[in-house]
Amino acid sequence: MTKKVLVLSEIVKVEHLTKYFPVQKSFLEQLFTRELSYVKAVDDVTFSIKSGEFFTLAGESGCGKTTTGRVIVKLLEPTSGKIYFNGADITKLKGEKLRLLRRKMQIIFQDPYASLNPRMKIIDAVGHPLEIHGLAKGEEKKKKVLEVLEEVGLTPPEQFINLYPHQLSGGQRQRVALARSIILKPEFMVADEPVSMIDVSLRSTIIDLMLSFRKELGLTYLFITHDLAVAKYISDKIAIMYLGKIVEMGHKEPLFWNPIHPYTQALLSAIPVPNPERERKRIELAGEVPSTIDIPTGCRFHPRCPYRTGKCSKEEPQLTEVEKDHFVACHLIK
Amino acid sequence: MTVDYQMRRGTIRAVDNVSFSLKKGETLGLAGESGSGKSTLGLSIIRLVPYPGVIVKGHIKIDGTDILKLPEHEMRSIRGEKAAYIFQDPMTSLNPVKRIGAHFFELIRTHEPSTSKEEAFKRTKTVIKNLGILPERINDYPHQFSGGMRQRIMIGLAIALNPDLVIADEPTTALDVIVQAKILDLMENLRKMYGMALILISHDLSVILERCDKIIVMYAGHMQEYATSMELHKNPKHPYTQKLLQSIPNVELSDQKLVAIPGSPPDMLNPPKGCRFWPRCSYAKKICRVKKPPLINVGRSHFVRCFLYDKEGVSVERNRKS
Repeated sequence: MTKKVLVLSEIVKVEHLTKYFPVQKSFLEQLFTRELSYVKAVDDVTFSIKSGEFFTLAGESGCGKTTTGRVIVKLLEPTSGKIYFNGADITKLKGEKLRLLRRKMQIIFQDPYASLNPRMKIIDAVGHPLEIHGLAKGEEKKKKVLEVLEEVGLTPPEQFINLYPHQLSGGQRQRVALARSIILKPEFMVADEPVSMIDVSLRSTIIDLMLSFRKELGLTYLFITHDLAVAKYISDKIAIMYLGKIVEMGHKEPLFWNPIHPYTQALLSAIPVPNPERERKRIELAGEVPSTIDIPTGCRFHPRCPYRTGKCSKEEPQLTEVEKDHFVACHLIK
Repeated sequence: MTVDYQMRRGTIRAVDNVSFSLKKGETLGLAGESGSGKSTLGLSIIRLVPYPGVIVKGHIKIDGTDILKLPEHEMRSIRGEKAAYIFQDPMTSLNPVKRIGAHFFELIRTHEPSTSKEEAFKRTKTVIKNLGILPERINDYPHQFSGGMRQRIMIGLAIALNPDLVIADEPTTALDVIVQAKILDLMENLRKMYGMALILISHDLSVILERCDKIIVMYAGHMQEYATSMELHKNPKHPYTQKLLQSIPNVELSDQKLVAIPGSPPDMLNPPKGCRFWPRCSYAKKICRVKKPPLINVGRSHFVRCFLYDKEGVSVERNRKS
C-alpha cells in the first residue's frame, strides 16, 4: 500500500536519461573516420518531481537543462533511459496516445516573440489546443478563451481576443503563451526560461501568475533557468547541472545555505546581489566550461575544480544522498 | 542633453534633458528597462547615436572639451583615446577574418601613427596579458575564442589607448553568471590599474548596485533618480526606483516577496504627458499627468524627479496618503 502512494505522488520521474546529438561531419571526414562523435547534451540524469512541486533545473548555457525539459515533454526522443508520467512509462509513446498525453503536459518557451504565430489572432492561438483535442469549438471555445485570458490577467479579455501578437508587448505575449498552455488544464508544465526575456518590472507578475496556477490548478512545474536568484525565489527543489549531469540537487534552502559541490559553491558565489554594502566573497574557477563533445574523464568538473584529487580524473562520482533529500555527486564527500 | 529619433511616424524623445558629471576613477551605472534610453544616452556621449537619432540640445564635455562642437575627424581621435565604448555583443563587434593581434595593431597604429611595429606588438602583448589571455593566442581568430574571452578582447580594445572614460553597454548580458562575475572583476581591476572612469549600462539592477559608485535610473527617456548606490539602496525616493528594487530577487534573502509594477512601459511615440511614470504609479496625482516634475535635490548628491517631494526635498504627499 505504501508503495502505491509513493508512486502516485511522483508525477514525473526520469531514470538514467541520456540524449546525444550526432555531430555533422563533412563528406571527407565521413570517408576517413568510422566512429561518429556526439554532443552529449544530457548524460545519465535521474530525478523525480512530486505532484504540486516546483522543481528547477539550473545551470549555465550548454549544461543540458533545456534538452532535458524537451525530452521529458517528448519533443525530442531520448537516446536511452526511461521517462515515467504518473507512474506509466511514456518513453516510447507515439501517435494517438502521445496526443492524449499532451493534454496533461505542456511547455512554455523563452521567447514570446517566436512562440506565437504572428498570423493567428489571440483567440485562435489560445483556443487552438481546444480544437486540436476536439474539446470545444465556436462559442464554447470563445467562452473558454475569455475565461483563461482573465485568469492570466489580460483584462478585459474581450479587448484582446481579436488582436494579433504584434499588437502586444513582450509581457502580454508571455501571458498569452501562459494562457494557451493552461487552457487544457494540464497537470505538469515545463517552463523554459519564461521570464528571462521580460523586463524586470513585469517579470514578477509572470512569476506570481505561475505560482498562483500551482495553487489554483494544482500544477506541477519543471522550471528551467540560468538565473539562480529567480530559481531561489520560485522553486521548492533545485537541481544544478554541469555538462549534461546533475551535480547537486536538493531543497532550495539547504542548497543555497550549504552548497556542497565545488561547482555549486562557485556558481552561487558569482550571483550578483543587489546590495552595495555587501562584501564579495568569490570562489574563482580556473578555465571555462569544456565542449560537450569532448567531456573530461572521471568527474567532468575536475579540470576546473580547486579541490581535485587523483581519483577525480579516473572515476566518475555518483549522485549520493548526503542528508535527507540533498544529493551531491562529488568524491570529496563520505 | 536631449536626443531625438526623428522618424516618419513621429519623433521619439529617447533621452530628455539628462545631466550628470563623472570624475576620474568613478563608476556610474545607467539602469533602466528596454526602451528607457540608457543605450542612446551612452552612445551620444561619443556621438555615435545611429540614424535617425539627433542630439538636439545639450553639451557633452570630456576633459573640458565640448565634443558636440568638434568636427567629425577630430571626433575620431576622441573615440578610443579619450572615450571608448564596449558593445553588448562581442561576436558582431570583432572582425571575423582578422586575427586578434591585428585588431590591436590597427587600433594603435591608426591612432598613434608614430608607433613602431615592435612597440605596437609589445603593447598588444601587455594588454592581452592583463586581460588574462595567454599571449600566444594573439594569432587566433575571433571564432576560436569563447563568448567570455571575446568580451575580454573587446574590453582590451577599449582600454588599449588608455582612455579616460570607458562606456560599457550591457557587457555581460549574453554571458553566464560565472563568466559575468569574472568579466566584471576584470573591468574593476583594469579600471583601478588604468585610473579611468566607467559608465556601466545595464538592465540588471543587481549588477549595477554591486559595481557602481553612482547610479542613474532611467525611465522612458527621463532621468528619474540620480544618487550614490548606497543612498539608492538604503533610501530610494522615486516610486519607480522603489518598486524596481522590490521587484528583483535577492538570493541572500529568504521569504522575499517580489512586487510587480502594474501596466507596461509606455509607447515612446505617444508617451504620457507630464511624468512618464504616472500611469503605473500608485501615488500619481493630478499634477503628475500634466507637468513634468522638476529634478529635486533631496540630499547630498541625491536627485529625484517626482512631485512627491517639495523644494526642500521633504516628502509631502506620502505622509498624507499613508
